[in-house]
Amino acid sequence: MATFKFELVSPERLILSVDADQVDLPGSEGDFGVLAGHAPFLTTLKTGIVTVKAGGVSSRIYVRGGFADVNASGLSVLAEKAVPEAEFDPAVAASETSAAEAVLAEAKNEEAKDRAVKALDELKTAIAALA
Amino acid sequence: MASLKELKNRIASVKATQKITKAMQMVAAAKLRRAQEAAVAARPYAHRLGAVVANLASAMAGRDDAPLLLAGTKRDEVHLLVVCTAERGLCGGFNSSIVRLAREHAASLLAAGKTVKILTVGKKGADALKREHGNRMIDRIELRGVKTVGFDIAVDLGKRIVDLFEAGEFDVCTLFYSEFKSVIQQIPTAKQLLPVKVDAPAAALETDYEFEPDEAEILETMLPRYVSVTLFSALLENAAGEMGAKMSAMDNATRNAGEMIDRLSITYNRTRQAKITTELVEIISGAEAL
Repeated sequence: MATFKFELVSPERLILSVDADQVDLPGSEGDFGVLAGHAPFLTTLKTGIVTVKAGGVSSRIYVRGGFADVNASGLSVLAEKAVPEAEFDPAVAASETSAAEAVLAEAKNEEAKDRAVKALDELKTAIAALA
Repeated sequence: MASLKELKNRIASVKATQKITKAMQMVAAAKLRRAQEAAVAARPYAHRLGAVVANLASAMAGRDDAPLLLAGTKRDEVHLLVVCTAERGLCGGFNSSIVRLAREHAASLLAAGKTVKILTVGKKGADALKREHGNRMIDRIELRGVKTVGFDIAVDLGKRIVDLFEAGEFDVCTLFYSEFKSVIQQIPTAKQLLPVKVDAPAAALETDYEFEPDEAEILETMLPRYVSVTLFSALLENAAGEMGAKMSAMDNATRNAGEMIDRLSITYNRTRQAKITTELVEIISGAEAL
């Protein structure tokens, strides 16, 4: 099976760089999968889980506040926060939840409030999926 | 001529100072390595985000619906200077060279009749600018308790600056920090932060790129992040530069202390010898007189 280069980068460091068979991503307009030879595509991501299949092994990574860039050289995901499933413990979940709740508490207008509620929902779904 | 006792005390005190500067140098060297690693590790993200934003921005150029952060306010009246310095001194000319650059910039803006506002990050910059520009400083942010610069700090700072910009508090924002070239070379740099000014895209955007949601909306979410990332890398470069400057400053200080000890020891020995000679002469002449 053809592979493509997948890179996951957070502001602090390069987290993952592998040749992947398939990557499933939570796009802001709907989940989508990327295989080798995908058309150039740029999208924002919602809070959720990225599933990477490489060499028959599948791994899941929690991402927040990111976007995905698919081009001829491969797929790169730039995430504000990215935590592999193995490192995602209740403490991380709690801190993420409290951060999202703080955003909601700070939201001034309806639009910001809607966005914050949506982000919190996405986060809860992601935590439930990883638990 | 200083007495032997005085010289001895002096040597002891310089030796103590040398021990301290030596220790500080070693601590700075260890911290430098970590700071350098952090700065290098943060590069891929900044680089990629920069490339994507540059691509998007060039696609948006000249369009009316370009986001405020990119298009700017179309005015050039109120300037915000964000001056990033270190929290601590004893690092050679590191802080003062950043402050000098900011001060020159402020002076030329004021001479052109613009309004200047200053936001300082780091204690040393605030201290140095307080006297001259105290009434222009809108706030001072101190990162004293922060051990390693995390991205969340940059996000908070970026959010604050973007909020001020959206509230129409200023038209142009310039960031002052020190670029880390090497351990012995840090270059004070001024960089326009807002409106976002991107370098020309390295490669032309592939024509059949698909965007989801559309370009304007992606840019809308990406630009504040770009501001935060720019701040973050500036803070990291500063952290590495501070440690580099401190290391070479402390190395110099240690060497100077060593030279001083050598000089003082020579004086001490000469004085001691002279004293012994005088005493001997006194004894001999006393014996002869008998």
